Amino acid sequence: MADSETQGPDYEEQHVHTVYEQIASHFSSTRYKPWPVVERFLKGLPDGAVGADVGCGNGKYLAVNPRVFIVGSDRSTNLIKIAKQHHPHSAVVADNLSLPHPNHSFDFAISIAVIHHLSTPARRIDAVKAILELLRPPFRDRKGGTGGRALIYVWALEQKDSRRGWDEGHQQDVMVPWVMKGKKEKAQKKGKALEQDMEYGGAKRGAEDKTFLRYYHLYRKGELESDVAEAGGEIVESGYEKDNWWAIVARKT
Amino acid sequence: MKLLTLNFLTCAIKTCKTQPASFPLHPRDAELEIVETDMNLPFLKNILPRLMWDELRTITSELGLPDLPPTPPTRSNLVEGGEKDAVAEEEEQEEVVEEPTQTAKDLHRILLETCIKEGKLVCGACGHEYKVMEGVANFLLPGHLV
Repeated sequence: MADSETQGPDYEEQHVHTVYEQIASHFSSTRYKPWPVVERFLKGLPDGAVGADVGCGNGKYLAVNPRVFIVGSDRSTNLIKIAKQHHPHSAVVADNLSLPHPNHSFDFAISIAVIHHLSTPARRIDAVKAILELLRPPFRDRKGGTGGRALIYVWALEQKDSRRGWDEGHQQDVMVPWVMKGKKEKAQKKGKALEQDMEYGGAKRGAEDKTFLRYYHLYRKGELESDVAEAGGEIVESGYEKDNWWAIVARKT
Repeated sequence: MKLLTLNFLTCAIKTCKTQPASFPLHPRDAELEIVETDMNLPFLKNILPRLMWDELRTITSELGLPDLPPTPPTRSNLVEGGEKDAVAEEEEQEEVVEEPTQTAKDLHRILLETCIKEGKLVCGACGHEYKVMEGVANFLLPGHLV
């Protein structure tokens, strides 16, 4: 478990960034279906809205609404190479605590399944601050405009019906395995794969599965809301969707 | 990386961002490529009010591209025959397909199809250089600048 080690940027480099860089292509092939709350948020935006997707991964949310413009960012170059194929949007490599965007310039932002990878409470709050800083300040106009809104989504501790089975009272800082199956891929191209396996003395059936461990902080009920408040933001709406806590946030009026 | 992106990028260093000279970032030693994409007229019209026109002109001139006009086009400038107002549009039941003007095509070419493939983006305030490789700009900072 994570708690005995020094946490912070170096820890995340080893237990988050390096892992995603290595699993990028496999990870991406499993990430194509948008989550309903995120889809609703993105489809509800006015045409021409400009936003940021902080920690965009393979850019699956860039495909949801082509009538807005999104600049996606992620720590992983390999994931950004996949994400940049979504037009009309854009994607750059950046750290979510040092974002390369002018302050207060976006109509919206999303950060989906990202800030739970930061390994200290202070860094998680800073991550929320960085998202809030992107947003245009609150205003009201005759057309019902409101200023910038961001949707933040994190993994929940309370998910007793999930495959992982965590629930209230469980340790919140966990290492979660990502298993890359060696078998399936190799089995398809028989001849060559078999030879390789023999050379390495591997099993006849194919390469060994490879397991990568990623660090996660699982959010307790109410924790996301309290981090948002700590970061100087306001909750517009929040809730729980299939093993995750989410919140739509704005800068304080 | 398409040039439109530069309209929404600045230096990643916190103390630098708030200084006016950090925007826009300046392309240097840039190798450009054209990546063709479908013309999306509604998108162009909608993005128009968000463009920092003077800054975009600076960037295109630094890249040695043809000069952008001194003032930004209006929505109407982008539609062949001008843009119909909302009421007129509602009255005409059949959908009129709007045709992009040359101005719109030029803007599409510059903002969405002209991409920086290799090179650097330089902050005008602190001088920090961000690399662009294989069309991907990298804003990760070395530890001492975080």
